[in-house]
Amino acid sequence: MPDIRDALLVTRNTEGKLVQRPLSPFMLGSAYRFQLTSLLSILHRLTGIAVSVGTLLLTWWLVAAATSPEAYATVSAFMRSWFGLLLLFGWSASLFYHLLNGIRHLAWDGGIGFDLPQVHASGWAVVIGTVVLTVLAWAAGIAVL
Amino acid sequence: MSETTKGRRDLRVEMMRSQLGRVRGLGSAKSGVHHWWGERVTAIALVPLTLWFILSIYRLAGLDQPALAHWAASPVHTVLLICLVLATFHHMQLGLQVVIEDYVHTEATRFTLLLLVKAISVVLALACLVSVLKLAF
Repeated sequence: MPDIRDALLVTRNTEGKLVQRPLSPFMLGSAYRFQLTSLLSILHRLTGIAVSVGTLLLTWWLVAAATSPEAYATVSAFMRSWFGLLLLFGWSASLFYHLLNGIRHLAWDGGIGFDLPQVHASGWAVVIGTVVLTVLAWAAGIAVL
Repeated sequence: MSETTKGRRDLRVEMMRSQLGRVRGLGSAKSGVHHWWGERVTAIALVPLTLWFILSIYRLAGLDQPALAHWAASPVHTVLLICLVLATFHHMQLGLQVVIEDYVHTEATRFTLLLLVKAISVVLALACLVSVLKLAF
């Protein structure tokens, strides 16, 4: 055993045999049945990564604005292309999810909403809120522009 | 304790360390609550900052560069943009750090990825900050 910490990952199964416990995220599917809570948990990380990639566009946008009108026209044209709009749509949905679920996490940090029925209710609220905010944001965008 | 799982791995465990010594070696970050607080404080700050930025986009979409520069040069907008950039990239590198520490178990790969994420975050944050300041002055 190379690391003492691995000792904590050894357990006995129902037949009394020594087995290694699975590690996250490889528990979904094999060791755990599908649950809303675990899906929303991994989605929080995935949307966090998506929004992180989205900061590249924020950087490009600000750097272009500080460089020249031509550079800014290029980034504006990209954001209005179908590919740019697709990225913006994905990033906006990810951002709304991460924002709403982040508020859910902050509530838990404050000790609020820990009961299982509340956890499920807030989970569904995040899912519905993400869809509503994303649709509203793009509907407003189409109406304004 | 000395047994073998499916005959492929020696599971001998030597408990020659004190409980305190063991718990000090636990935890992927090897540190206390500073990381946790940093993530929460930036998260709280990002709630109003992100909402402000999303609402601003409606005003900014369709503007050309001089009009955008004029908007960004307003002191309130400059300060809010700087706050947004600092909170975003600090929150981002703290979050990505945890993802890497949780899922990348090879020490060399983990270390390389962590350095890479931290370096990229710093460079992107500085690029954004310099751009915001250049628009402002």
